[in-house]
Amino acid sequence: MTAMNDLDALESQSIYIFREAFNRLDKIAMLWSIGKDSNVMLWLARKAFFGHVPFPVVHVDTKHKIPEMIEFRDRFAKEWNLPLIVGENSEALASGMGPHLGRVECCSALKTEGLKQLLSKHGYTGVFAGIRRDEEGTRAKERVFSPRTEAAGWDFKDQPPEFWDQFKTDFAPGTHLRIHPLLAWTELDVWRYIERENIPLVNLYFAKNGRRYRSLGCAPCTGSVESNATTVAEIIEELQTTKISERSGRAQDKESEDAFERLRAGGYM
Amino acid sequence: MTNHSSPMKIVVVGHVDHGKSTLVGRILNETGALPDGKVEYLKEVCEKRGMPFEWAFVMDALQAERDQGITIDTAQIRFRTASRPYVIIDAPGHKEFLKNMITGAASAEAAVLVIDAHEGVQEQSRRHGYLLHLLGLRQIAVAVNKMDLVDFDEARFNVVKAEIVAYLNSIGVEPTYVVPVAARSGANISSKAAETPWYNGPSVLEALDRFEQARPATDMPLRLPVQDVYKFDQRRIIAGRIESGRLKVGDTLMFAPSGKSARIASIENWGGTGIQAVSAVAGQSVGLTLDEQIFVERGQIASLREAAPTISHTLTARLFWLGHQALKVGSRYKLKLATAEYAVEVVEIQRVIDVEDLANHQGAEVGRNAVAEVVFRSKAPIAHDSFIDNPRLGRFVVVEGYDIVGGGVIAEQEGAAERLDHKSTNITMVNHKISTEVRAVSNGHRGGVVWLTGLSGAGKSTISMEVERQLFLKGWQVTVLDGDNVRHGLCSDLGFSPDDRAENIRRVGEAAHLFAEAGMLVVTAFISPYRADRDRVRTIRPAAFHEVYIATTLDECERRDPKGLYKKARAGEISEFTGVTAPYEEPDAPELTVATEGKSVDETVAELLRYIESNFSLSAREQAVGWGL
Repeated sequence: MTAMNDLDALESQSIYIFREAFNRLDKIAMLWSIGKDSNVMLWLARKAFFGHVPFPVVHVDTKHKIPEMIEFRDRFAKEWNLPLIVGENSEALASGMGPHLGRVECCSALKTEGLKQLLSKHGYTGVFAGIRRDEEGTRAKERVFSPRTEAAGWDFKDQPPEFWDQFKTDFAPGTHLRIHPLLAWTELDVWRYIERENIPLVNLYFAKNGRRYRSLGCAPCTGSVESNATTVAEIIEELQTTKISERSGRAQDKESEDAFERLRAGGYM
Repeated sequence: MTNHSSPMKIVVVGHVDHGKSTLVGRILNETGALPDGKVEYLKEVCEKRGMPFEWAFVMDALQAERDQGITIDTAQIRFRTASRPYVIIDAPGHKEFLKNMITGAASAEAAVLVIDAHEGVQEQSRRHGYLLHLLGLRQIAVAVNKMDLVDFDEARFNVVKAEIVAYLNSIGVEPTYVVPVAARSGANISSKAAETPWYNGPSVLEALDRFEQARPATDMPLRLPVQDVYKFDQRRIIAGRIESGRLKVGDTLMFAPSGKSARIASIENWGGTGIQAVSAVAGQSVGLTLDEQIFVERGQIASLREAAPTISHTLTARLFWLGHQALKVGSRYKLKLATAEYAVEVVEIQRVIDVEDLANHQGAEVGRNAVAEVVFRSKAPIAHDSFIDNPRLGRFVVVEGYDIVGGGVIAEQEGAAERLDHKSTNITMVNHKISTEVRAVSNGHRGGVVWLTGLSGAGKSTISMEVERQLFLKGWQVTVLDGDNVRHGLCSDLGFSPDDRAENIRRVGEAAHLFAEAGMLVVTAFISPYRADRDRVRTIRPAAFHEVYIATTLDECERRDPKGLYKKARAGEISEFTGVTAPYEEPDAPELTVATEGKSVDETVAELLRYIESNFSLSAREQAVGWGL
C-alpha cells in the first residue's frame, strides 16, 4: 500500500480501538442492533480479528423489532458463525410494557434495562456500541472509551481526558466501559464503507414505494422517510444533498427537548 | 464531484472574551455551513429583544437546533472551504479547562489563536500557546481580533503582533500568519478587508487553507508497537498499528527492548479485495506473521535494526499535570507509552514552569494544571524515542488509580540511554537454548522472586513454607530460600554485622534470581532489614522481583518469639538483633503488604497465594496463544 484514503484511516482507527479493548478488558461483548452502523461495526471486528469475532455479539430484543431485522439477525449469526446472545427484560415484557405507556419509559425498560440485566448477568466490563458523534448532540460529546457507573449512568459533565490514543482502561469494580469504535464516522462514511466493502444490510434501508428507513429501531417508534434510493449508491447520492436529520424517524427522541439526553444519562446507547 | 479527503482538524483557542466564538460563527457563515436564513432569523430575534446581534449566538443557535434534531455536532463542527473540508474542535474552557482543552486540542492538526487587539496578549493567550506547542502542534495562526475597536490602526496591530510573536518564538513556535481581523464585521475573514490596506497577508480562511495536512509519518524510521498476539487459528499473528515508517514482507524486524529479531513472513488481512498485501505504511493497523517463533508480547516495539528506538530506565519529560493530587518526588504511577505500561517512580522534579513568563521554579511538587520537567525511573527498560525525533513514540500518559492524570513529552537524553545494538548493562544478552518464555509456557507460570521481608517472628518462614506446599500441589515449580537454612551453607561464613548482612542478602538475591531464570517461583524468607540491600536485589532483574512486606509489630513478634530469640536479645545474649539492637527499615512501596495480626496463618497464606497466582500465572489467554510464542 502506498497511501491511505479517508475510509482507510477510519477503518484503521476503529480496528485499533477494537484491539485495545480486546486486550485490556476481561469480559467484553458487542451490541448488535442489526442496524447499518452495528453491521459496519461487526464487519470491522471481523477485520480486526482476521475473520473471527472473539467475544459475544449481544442483541437486546424488545419484541417490538421489525420482523425483517430478526430474520436478518438469525441468518447472519448462523452464516458468520457469531457467538450470539439474545437478551430481553422479560419482567417488563410480561407486565405488558410498550410504547403506549410512554416512548421514553418503553425505551428505558426494554432497551436500557434489558441491556443492564444482560450486562450484570454475564459480568461484562466492556461493551462495544456503534454510536457516532455526528448522529446527535449528546453523542457528539462522547469519549471512545466511556465509563459508566454501577447503575450504568453516564456522567457527561465530568468525562475523563482522552488523548494520544491512550484510552481509559482502568476502572473501579462494578463499573463498566462503553467502547465506541465508530465515534469518528459520519453517516455518509458508513454508507461509503458499506458500498466499498459490500456489507449486507436489512433491505428496509432501500426504498419501496417511495419510502425507506434511514435509521432502524422498534416497529412502533421507527418511521420511514420519503426516498427513491433503492441502492447503496443512490443512498450516498441522497445523503449528500439532504438537510433532514438521520434520527428524524425515531419517535422516542422527540418526547421532550431533552428526551435523548435523559435516555443516554440513564444508560441508553 | 465530492472530494472525500479526511477533514483537516483545527482548534480555536484564546483568552476568554477575545472573540473565539464570534470568529467561529463568522467562519461557519462565510463558508455556508449554516442553514439558510439562520443569520437573518437570529438578527430578527435580537432586534425584537432590543439587544445587539452577536455572531457568537450562532453557536448557541446550533446548540438549540441540535435539540430539535438537526445533525450538527457541537463538539466537532464541520465546514468546508473551496479547497477542503474542516472540523473545528470546540475546546471548551471553564472549570475543567485543561482536561477538556487537551482532549480536544491533542487531535488537532493546526490551531488559530485569537487575541483581542485592544487588550493584547493575556494569560490564557500564553497558556494556550504554550500547551499547543507542548502537545506538538506546530502550525499556529494568530487572529488579532476586534480591530474595529482600535480603528484598524496598523501601529496597534504591530504592537500586539510583536508581543505574541515574541512569546511564541520564545517557546519555539513560528506562527504561520498573524491576521488582523474584525470577526464581528467580517473583516479579513474570507477576503481582504478594505479597512486594512496596509495588510498584505492572507485572510483567516486563506491562512487555514495554507495549513499543511498532517501526513502519516511514512518517511520516518519504522515503529510498530505490538498491540497483541493472536492465535485464533494455525496462524500466530502479531497485531499493531504502524506509527511511523513502512514495512514489507521479508524485512527483518527487531523487537525492543528484548532485542530479538525475525523476518516478516506475511501480512495478514481479512475481507476487502482478498489480495494478500506485501507492504504496509504508517497509519495502518496490520497483522504480521514471522518466519521464526520468537517471543513477542504487547508493548514491544518493532523496528528495523539500523534505526532502533532508544532504551533506558529513566525518562526526562515535560509534563502537564491533570491530577487532583499533586505529583511529588517518590510518587509511583503507571506510565503508558504506545502500547506498553511501566511502573515508574518520580525521582526528580527539575523545574516547574510558569507559562506566564516562562520562569523556572524549584518545586517539591507539581499541582493540578501545572507544567513541569520531571524525571521518571522505571523498573523495566523503556523503549522510546524523543518527542522531537518521533512524537508518537516520544509521548506518554500517566495513570494514577483508575485515571489518566497527566501527559508528557520525552526530552532528548544524554548519556543515560543506550541503543539496542550497543552493549548494555541493562539487557540480558546471554542466549539460552531454552528461553524464559518456553519455560513459562511449559510450567504454566512465570519464574520470579517473591521476596518476603519483615521482623524476626513476623511469620515469613511459616507463610513461605505453606505457600510452597500449596503451589507445589498445584504443579508449580516452586522453592523457598529461608534465612536460617542458607546460613548453614551458602552463607555460613557470614555474621550479622551490616556488611555481612549486606553480603548475605546479595548472595541470596543472586541465587534467587538464578532459580527464577530457570523458571521457578522462588519465595525468600529473610529479615533483610536494610532497604538498600533489598533494592540492590531488585535491580538484578526488576521485572521479576516482587517485594512483600510481612507487617507484624515488634510487640507482637516479641510476644510470639517462636525461637526464643527476642528473650535472648533482651538479655544481651545476642548482639545486633533486628528490632532490638539493630534497625529494621520498612519498605517504601512494596508490591504487597501482608498484615498478619488478627488473622490466621491460613488467611495470610491465602492472601499471598492470590497475589502470586494473579501475577505469575499465565492467563488462559496467554496459555492459549502460547504467551506470545
